[in-house]
Amino acid sequence: MTARDDILDKIRRAHGRGSMNTPENIRDRLQSPKANIIPNRGKISGDDKIKQFIDEAERVEATTKSISDINALPDAIATYLKENNLPAALKISTDPLLSGVDWKKAPVLTVSTEPVDGADEVGVSVAFSGVAETGTLVFVSSPENPTRLNFYPITHIAVIRVDDITGAYEDVWQKIRQTNNAHNATGIMPRTVNFITGPSRTADIEQTLLLGAHGPQRLHIILVG
Amino acid sequence: MQSTSKQFPENAHEALQDEGLQQALQKLSTGFPLKRLQAAKRLPEFEALRDQARNIKNHVLENLDYYLEQFEDKVTKSGGHVHWCRNSDEARQTILDICQKANAKTVTKSKSMIGEEIAINDFLETNGVTPIETDLGEYIIQLRHEPPSHIIAPAIHLSKQQVAETFLKQHVNLDPDRDLDQPRQLLEEAREQLRQKFLQADVGLTGANMLVAETGSNVLVTNEGNADLTYGVPKVHIVVASLEKIVPTLEDATTVLRVLARSATGQEMSVYTTFCTGPKRPEDTDGPEQYHVVLLDNGRTDLIATEFQEMLRCIRCGACLNHCPVYKAVGGHAYGWVYSGPMGAVLIPGLIGMDEASHLPNASTLCGRCESICPMRIPLPKMLRDWRTRNYQQGKTGIKSRYAMAAWAFMAKRPKLYHGVMGIISSVLSKLGKKYGRFKSLPAAGAWCESRDLPAPQGGTFIQQWQTRRKQDREQSL
Repeated sequence: MTARDDILDKIRRAHGRGSMNTPENIRDRLQSPKANIIPNRGKISGDDKIKQFIDEAERVEATTKSISDINALPDAIATYLKENNLPAALKISTDPLLSGVDWKKAPVLTVSTEPVDGADEVGVSVAFSGVAETGTLVFVSSPENPTRLNFYPITHIAVIRVDDITGAYEDVWQKIRQTNNAHNATGIMPRTVNFITGPSRTADIEQTLLLGAHGPQRLHIILVG
Repeated sequence: MQSTSKQFPENAHEALQDEGLQQALQKLSTGFPLKRLQAAKRLPEFEALRDQARNIKNHVLENLDYYLEQFEDKVTKSGGHVHWCRNSDEARQTILDICQKANAKTVTKSKSMIGEEIAINDFLETNGVTPIETDLGEYIIQLRHEPPSHIIAPAIHLSKQQVAETFLKQHVNLDPDRDLDQPRQLLEEAREQLRQKFLQADVGLTGANMLVAETGSNVLVTNEGNADLTYGVPKVHIVVASLEKIVPTLEDATTVLRVLARSATGQEMSVYTTFCTGPKRPEDTDGPEQYHVVLLDNGRTDLIATEFQEMLRCIRCGACLNHCPVYKAVGGHAYGWVYSGPMGAVLIPGLIGMDEASHLPNASTLCGRCESICPMRIPLPKMLRDWRTRNYQQGKTGIKSRYAMAAWAFMAKRPKLYHGVMGIISSVLSKLGKKYGRFKSLPAAGAWCESRDLPAPQGGTFIQQWQTRRKQDREQSL
C-alpha cells in the first residue's frame, strides 16, 4: 500500500466510510466559494475607504503620499528619497502603469528595469490591490512585477491606483478570479500572491521591536488618483 | 526530535531556578496577552470569527480525505508535486531525495514546526546538505543547537548578551572587538550574514500555515519576510506541512487569518502573508522551477474520530502558551519536545505516545484560560483531563498519587466523614500554626513547602463557616 492510500484509508476507516466520490456539497464549496463573515470595517466605500487604508497602513509604520496624477510620481519619489537621505538609484517594475512615466522630470533619479539583485537599495513596484481593512497591499507575481522586487531592496516604494483599493480581502479574491479565470490553464492563482502590511519587522531579541529584519525596513506607499 | 518529556519534573525544576529565563517569561506573559486583548477589542466581530474559524476546521476534519484529494489534484494541475508521508522517516527521506536530485549544497529554511518535529536539520546535515534557518530567532537557536522554546518566538529564553556571545563565537570572520550591545546591531549582523545565504541557496524549505484545497496553494505567514526570500530565490521550493493544515477555500483561509495574528502577537495582520501556487509560470522572470509539498501524517490520523480530534484544529498561534500559568513558570524547553504549553501537553502524548509524555497532561492547573482565548476554541482543559483518565486507566499514574486519590475519593463520597476529618485537620493546623501563621515544612506536603510556605488555617473549614453564618442569618431574620 502506498503512503497515500494508507493515509486516506486510515481517515476513511476512522470516519466509517469506504473510498467514494467527493460529495456534492464539498464540490460546490470549492467551485463556488462563498465569503464568511466580513468585518464591518471591510465593507467601507468611497473616501472613507481610502482614508481608512491610509490610517491602517500608517498604524503599522508604512508611510504614504497621495498624488493626483501618475506624472507626479518621479517628483514624489525623488522628494521621499531626499527627505530620508536615501540613494536615488531605483529598480522599477515594467508594469504598464509606470511605462508612460517621464523619469527625466526628476533628473536626480537613476532608473533601471533590470532584474533586482541583492545590492539594490530601492525598489518600485505596482500593487494589484490595497485592502482598507488593515492597510494591506496585495502584489501578484508576473513578468512585470517579479516578487523579488518587493523583498530584496531595503526601501520598498509601492505604487497603487486609488481605484484598486478595496474594503476586504474577499474583494481581492474576486478580482483575482475575474482576472485569471478565462486564460489560465494552471488555475486562478498566479505563482505568488503577497499580502504586505507594513515594513518587515522582528521582536525575536528580548521582544524588542525592530523594523527591517529580512524584507524592507521602509515601506512607502504612493496612492495615485 | 528526541524527547525529554519523561523528565518534565526535573526540567521544570531547573527552569524555575533559571533567573534569565524567568525574566524573559515575565516579559512575555505581560506583553502578548495585553496586545491580543487590544486587537480583539478593536474588532467587534472577533468572537463571531472565532466561531466560524472553528466550524471551518471541524468541517475539514470530518471530510479530510476528500479535501486532501482535491488539494493534491490542484497542486498537480498547477505543475507541483505532492509527496504523502506516513511518518518522520518518510518525510526526511523525501526531502533529502529532492535536495540530492537538485544537487543541493545548502537549503535555506523558514521556520517550520513540522521541520522541528521531523528533526530535518540534523538529518540533512548528516547527509551532506547544509540547512540554514532564516527566521532570526530560529537562526540564533540553530547556532546554539537548541530547540525552540515558543512556537512564534523561538529564542524567547535568551538575553541579548547571550545572542551577542553566540554571534561572536560563530561569525568568526568578523572583527572580534565589534560592538554588539544593541538588538539593532545583532539584527544588522544576522541580516548581512543571511542575505548571502539566501542568494546562494539551492533549495528553499518552508512550512505552511495553511494549505488551500480550492487552489492547491500553501499559505506562509511571517513578520520578517524570511519565508519570501526562502522560496523566492532558489530553483526548488519544498513545503513541509502536516495534513490537518487544509482549509477549503481562499475565503476560508481569510477567516482563519483574521484570528491568527490577532491571537498570536496582537497584530491585525502579520506583515507578510503569502500564497504560493505551483512552480514559476513560463513567462515569469523569477520564482522556483520546482514546487513540492511534503504532506505529513506522523500520528495525526490516529486522532481522527477520537476525543482528541479537536486538537487538529490548532493553527499554532501560541496564544495558549502566552496565557498559561504553567508555561509562564517553566517555559517551553521543560516540556521536552517540539511543542509546549497547553497545546503541547495535549498534542505531544498524541504524537509520541503516553509512555514518553505521561507527565505533560498533569502540567496544568486546568484554570481554563487557554480555552477562553484559543482562536479555534479547542477545549484544551477537557482534553488534558481525557489524557489523565487514559493515564490512570493504563496504570501510568504513580502509586503514591493512586493511593492518595483513592483515599480522597473514599472520603469525598462520605460527606459527614469528610467534613469531620477536615474539621479536625483544620483545627489542629490552626493551633500549631498560630505563632507564625504559616508552615515552613509539613509532613505529606514536602513538595509544596519546598518553594513556598503553607498558610495556616485561620479558623474553621469553609463548611463550618458557612453553617455558622447561615445560623446567624436565620437568627437575625427571626
